[in-house]
Amino acid sequence: MKKVILKDSKYEIKKGRVVSVRQMTDMEKLFEIALPGNRSLDHEPGQFVEMSLFGVGEAPISVSSSPTKRGSFEMCVRKVGKFTNALHNLKAGDEIGVRGPFGKGFPVKLLEGNDLLFVAGGLGIVPLRSLINFVIDNRRDFGKVNILLGCKTPDDMLFGDEVENWQKRIDVSFNCTVDRSDPDWKGNVGLITSLIPGVTLAPNRTFAVVVGPPIMYKFVIGELLTKKIPSRQILVSLERHMKCGLGKCGHCQIQNYYCCQDGPVFSYDKIKNIKEAI
Amino acid sequence: MQYAIINKDKVDDFITRLAVQEKVYAPVARGYDNYSFEEVTSGKNVVSGRYIPTILPPKKYFMPQRETLLEYNLTEGQNMNAVVEYEKMAIFGVHTCDLAGIQAMNMVFSEKPADINYLIRKNKITIIGLECIEYCDQNASCTLVHNHLPNGGYDMFFTDIGDSFFVHVATQAGEEIIEKTKVFYDADAPHMRLLEQVRERKKKIFHDEVPIEYHELPELFQKSFDSKVWDNLDSRCIACGNCTAVCPTCYCFDVKEEPDLSLVQGKRYRIWDSCQSEPFAKVSGGESFRKMQGARQRHRYFRKFKYQFDKYSRPHCTGCGRCTRACMAKINLKETLNALIAEHA
Ligand SMILES: Cc1cc2nc3c(=O)[nH]c(=O)nc-3n(C[C@H](O)[C@H](O)[C@H](O)COP(=O)(O)OP(=O)(O)OC[C@H]3O[C@@H](n4cnc5c(N)ncnc54)[C@H](O)[C@@H]3O)c2cc1C
Ligand code: SF4
Ligand code: SF4
Ligand code: FES
Repeated sequence: MKKVILKDSKYEIKKGRVVSVRQMTDMEKLFEIALPGNRSLDHEPGQFVEMSLFGVGEAPISVSSSPTKRGSFEMCVRKVGKFTNALHNLKAGDEIGVRGPFGKGFPVKLLEGNDLLFVAGGLGIVPLRSLINFVIDNRRDFGKVNILLGCKTPDDMLFGDEVENWQKRIDVSFNCTVDRSDPDWKGNVGLITSLIPGVTLAPNRTFAVVVGPPIMYKFVIGELLTKKIPSRQILVSLERHMKCGLGKCGHCQIQNYYCCQDGPVFSYDKIKNIKEAI
Repeated sequence: MQYAIINKDKVDDFITRLAVQEKVYAPVARGYDNYSFEEVTSGKNVVSGRYIPTILPPKKYFMPQRETLLEYNLTEGQNMNAVVEYEKMAIFGVHTCDLAGIQAMNMVFSEKPADINYLIRKNKITIIGLECIEYCDQNASCTLVHNHLPNGGYDMFFTDIGDSFFVHVATQAGEEIIEKTKVFYDADAPHMRLLEQVRERKKKIFHDEVPIEYHELPELFQKSFDSKVWDNLDSRCIACGNCTAVCPTCYCFDVKEEPDLSLVQGKRYRIWDSCQSEPFAKVSGGESFRKMQGARQRHRYFRKFKYQFDKYSRPHCTGCGRCTRACMAKINLKETLNALIAEHA
């Protein structure tokens, strides 16, 4: 068997460097990563990268920062297993492997000029933040912006300082809810679906962007359809097991789609008749 | 020489001569009516007559069960080299179903983003086909998917015409083998007629294994997503993964690491994986979109007859019958198709 070095393998990594690490909650850390020469990742909001640590493995992670942030990118990672534990041990200055960006992100050009309703459940805020911050940095190009955020408890809330900023802005309306409150919590208590009926919107020119755990989609989409938002204007980001990011390994296949290449962002009308999608 | 003849008593000699020049792999009997593609250095044990499809298809040479993608060294950070492993080789005795399997794999790995590891390896492999003139056994359904006759995908192709093999030389690589081995001679008109007779005879033997037309397959599956057939498979399938391991068109893989003892150097490799295993499609929160074994079997069948058919305009079942032969639970592809037809056609 001959073995030769390849120059253009899709499995090759780019070397990234950890610029900073911030503890967000007990389980989540925010990593800022720079590529050599502080070259930008050039991703679209909603795309993901395969992060890699040799000896441990690879995992798909959403890019959480907006492409308007140049020179470095951010990702927020929940510690759940072998790879994510190893990632949590990294410090500023450490090296990390990057492949990607992969997949289709949010169609920002299509969204321009329209009103936006963001619905984020739990960790769903991580990929959604890349689009929210993109929209805020290009605020003039979009209509009304409405953000709905849901988490299990107030302690699980991610990006607290940014959320506070969204809350304060006059060009963004913001609402948030927790499943279980604590004595300091002054906001809503209840599932995220309970926030939707209270939103006033013009269904014809509103795009709803929904990201959250699998269980959330059915219920949230049901509410949005009641609000008469056309299914073409409902965007979701789906999560699947992923290994290659290249449409080959088969893990992320949803019928005729490969989530890693055709998604993770889909418009609801494309997948509403696809069983095993949501 | 586009059409050549080799006398049957010269086939051993041919393989022996070929093996002097490059590695040769060919079907070899392995007891209990089992066959396997293995390296051979002479024609002695090679099966050039009828044989039941080998336990593993030739895909094992195109996409090795385990393949190194990267070699890393962590002495100074995340350093690595992307690598490809390959071998120049000739595979002798590839049936038309397995040629179709290779064509299916070629399509998948050539589609952008192309997989250069696969493509480099593929270009180093010379393929010598061998026509079946009888059914290998009752599990084959090659006619249904139009694979009982050759559809290209080979460098040379052998057809038994009695005392000799008729050989279609399709590529330069095939032509070079003819020149180097010096055991072939030109075919003439009587040989052509013998070939036609073989094909005429085949038409009578090979037909309608399953009562449905090729082009109706995707439509049958379109209607079958909620079929009771999957419930039946749910209670029978034991998720052993044999069906996917032996299938010439299954190519799903996992990516893993292998650090050496020092933990400083190591490899990242890919290894065959199976959609029949429970964690295959599970996501972080523990949610699984194909929890039931019946849903995983449905996914396997849909990948053969619907999803890949829609995408690549050909079924990704070659009709080889391997999944049926290898199944621990006696799940039978032709029976499954018949049951779907009975329910929906
Ligand atoms: C497109 C996409 C974007 C993601 N973005 C983020 C993100 O921004 N932040 C974040 O914390 N997590 C994200 N994830 C999930 C993250 O990839 C998994 O948590 C991670 O792979 C778990 O690896 P592990 O070795 O730590 O855990 P393991 O011990 O391997 O597994 C823990 C759990 O994660 C699941 N899992 C394992 N490997 C994968 C995989 N390759 N793809 C999906 N699930 C897997 C397992 O089924 C199990 O339930 C994303 C996943 C996808 C598909
Ligand atoms: S599905 Fe079965 S019969 Fe069809 S190609 Fe695969 S192993 Fe052969
Ligand atoms: S070989 Fe049979 S029992 Fe094993 S996974 Fe396939 S269908 Fe199920
Ligand atoms: S991650 Fe491998 S096919 Fe999508």
